[in-house]
Amino acid sequence: MATSAEPVVRHNAAMAAVMKAILYGLLVGGAIVALLPTVWMISASFMKTGEANSYPPHFLPHAPTLEHYRTLFSRLSLGRYLGNSALVSVAVTVLSLTVNSLAGYALAKLRFRGRDRLYRSLALGLVIPVQVSMLPLFLLMKSLHLVNTYWGVIIPGMASIFGIFLIRQYALSIPDDLLDAARVDGASELRVYRSVVLPVIAPILATLAIWTFLATWNDFMWPLIILSDERRFTLPVALASLSGEHVQDTELMMAGSVVTVLPVLITFLILQRYYVAGIMLGSVKE
Amino acid sequence: MRRGPEGAQSRAAWYFLAPALLLIGVFFFLPVVASLLLSVTDFDIYAIGDPSLARFVGATNYANLLHNPTFWTAVENTFYFALVGGPLTVAVSLAAALLVNARAVRLRGLFRTIYFTPFVTTLVAIAVVWRYLYHPRYGLLNYLLGHLGIGPIDWLGDPHWAMPAIIVMAIWKNFGYNMLIFIAGLQSIPEELYEAARIDGANAWRRFRHVTIPQLAPTFLFVGVVTMIGYFQLFAEPYVMTGGGPLRATTSLVLFMYEEGFRWWRMGNAAAIAFVLFVIILAWTLIQLRVQRERA
Repeated sequence: MATSAEPVVRHNAAMAAVMKAILYGLLVGGAIVALLPTVWMISASFMKTGEANSYPPHFLPHAPTLEHYRTLFSRLSLGRYLGNSALVSVAVTVLSLTVNSLAGYALAKLRFRGRDRLYRSLALGLVIPVQVSMLPLFLLMKSLHLVNTYWGVIIPGMASIFGIFLIRQYALSIPDDLLDAARVDGASELRVYRSVVLPVIAPILATLAIWTFLATWNDFMWPLIILSDERRFTLPVALASLSGEHVQDTELMMAGSVVTVLPVLITFLILQRYYVAGIMLGSVKE
Repeated sequence: MRRGPEGAQSRAAWYFLAPALLLIGVFFFLPVVASLLLSVTDFDIYAIGDPSLARFVGATNYANLLHNPTFWTAVENTFYFALVGGPLTVAVSLAAALLVNARAVRLRGLFRTIYFTPFVTTLVAIAVVWRYLYHPRYGLLNYLLGHLGIGPIDWLGDPHWAMPAIIVMAIWKNFGYNMLIFIAGLQSIPEELYEAARIDGANAWRRFRHVTIPQLAPTFLFVGVVTMIGYFQLFAEPYVMTGGGPLRATTSLVLFMYEEGFRWWRMGNAAAIAFVLFVIILAWTLIQLRVQRERA
């Protein structure tokens, strides 16, 4: 007879195998759910007109076509919206990175009176929903003649409390000795920032750059409010407007969605290392 | 002005801060304060042409809201979305984090990336896509449910199903972000705690219940607060997918504010709605912080 321990071990091994199968089943199932809408969007964008509305549904185009992309770029001037989105997103990213990093570093490492009070006042701003500011902001933009301009979209994004805090958090870890050494060598404060601070905080700048670019690209409500002339629309605003007019053209709308999503998706996939690291940093140290 | 290195640093600090403070002050804090003022005026389409036409009306806008059934519908819908969708999103995020973080799993990085992609996609485009997935006749969802014997549901056309449909899409779109934060939280739990529990004979469930959950308390708070603040601001999903319908079943407070303010140009009224939203978010955040403190 076998010893009494043996069946237990075998039983445990079998349990472990079953658990592992369940675990992978759930993981793969979750991955399918996470990917399916995006994959179907891409697939349907290559279907012939009407094919996406067939029963039973086609998962893959039977005769792939680029006609919808052609229509979008020739007749519906999607190229223009793509350009608008790129312009606005790049401008906000570059400008806000400069503004936020200067402020974040100053809050973290420079000594001045009222620093703590300023920090607390800014923190207060984090709980105010941005929608509260939108109505007067629109009137302000109107009086500055910035309604329906790119600047009207860009300016409110040029400084962000979240961005300042993210950089401050990171800059706190810069050793004071490092800064003082540069000062003793006669470097001005601006020079200290440029040649000592910026290289040290480069990783968090990369994170914030990606974060800002994606957030600006995806932003909808403010551009919807401030842009009235179609020629200035960003992609999400244009897509929302097109989807009202072309509600029956499933394949065309899927192609439009692909053009809107693909730039951010590719940016994320290439740079995800920096992006993910920053999200974890921003939350854990909170 | 102070002299010497201290003074130089202080001066530099204000120069460095000036652009950010100016921008945030003029384009955020000033409008927030102005919004409060706007909410006690009858600012409307005529006042946009000539602001001197706006008159002080006291709390009239707020009082009118209390008698406006659409306002109460919007409050109800916003709470429905936040109170049902928020906790579900957090639960799905935690489940995904536990799966991806399980010790036996290979290709963790791949699964993590796949689960996170919905979060980086453009909400408007995704809402357009889901509108077709939810199509009662040709949509993928009803097709798949049909195999399980569930009859076709008019997801976005039925007032009872429209909000659940939007909640499901929001969970899909947002769980990846919270998942990352939960993973970071899980990885910061010291392994010794689990070993000690194991020595005490705690099974997997009890280890989860008595080690994982309490250790994740700060993560729960952060994820909960951020998710709820975001969910109270529901806007683009109903704007694109349902236009607030059917029968106003998906009109959120922000959508109602947008319609009042930027479609009908009743800006005084819209500003009052915005402030109600602010108070709701502030109150809810404070409640969450207090509950957390009392538990700790």
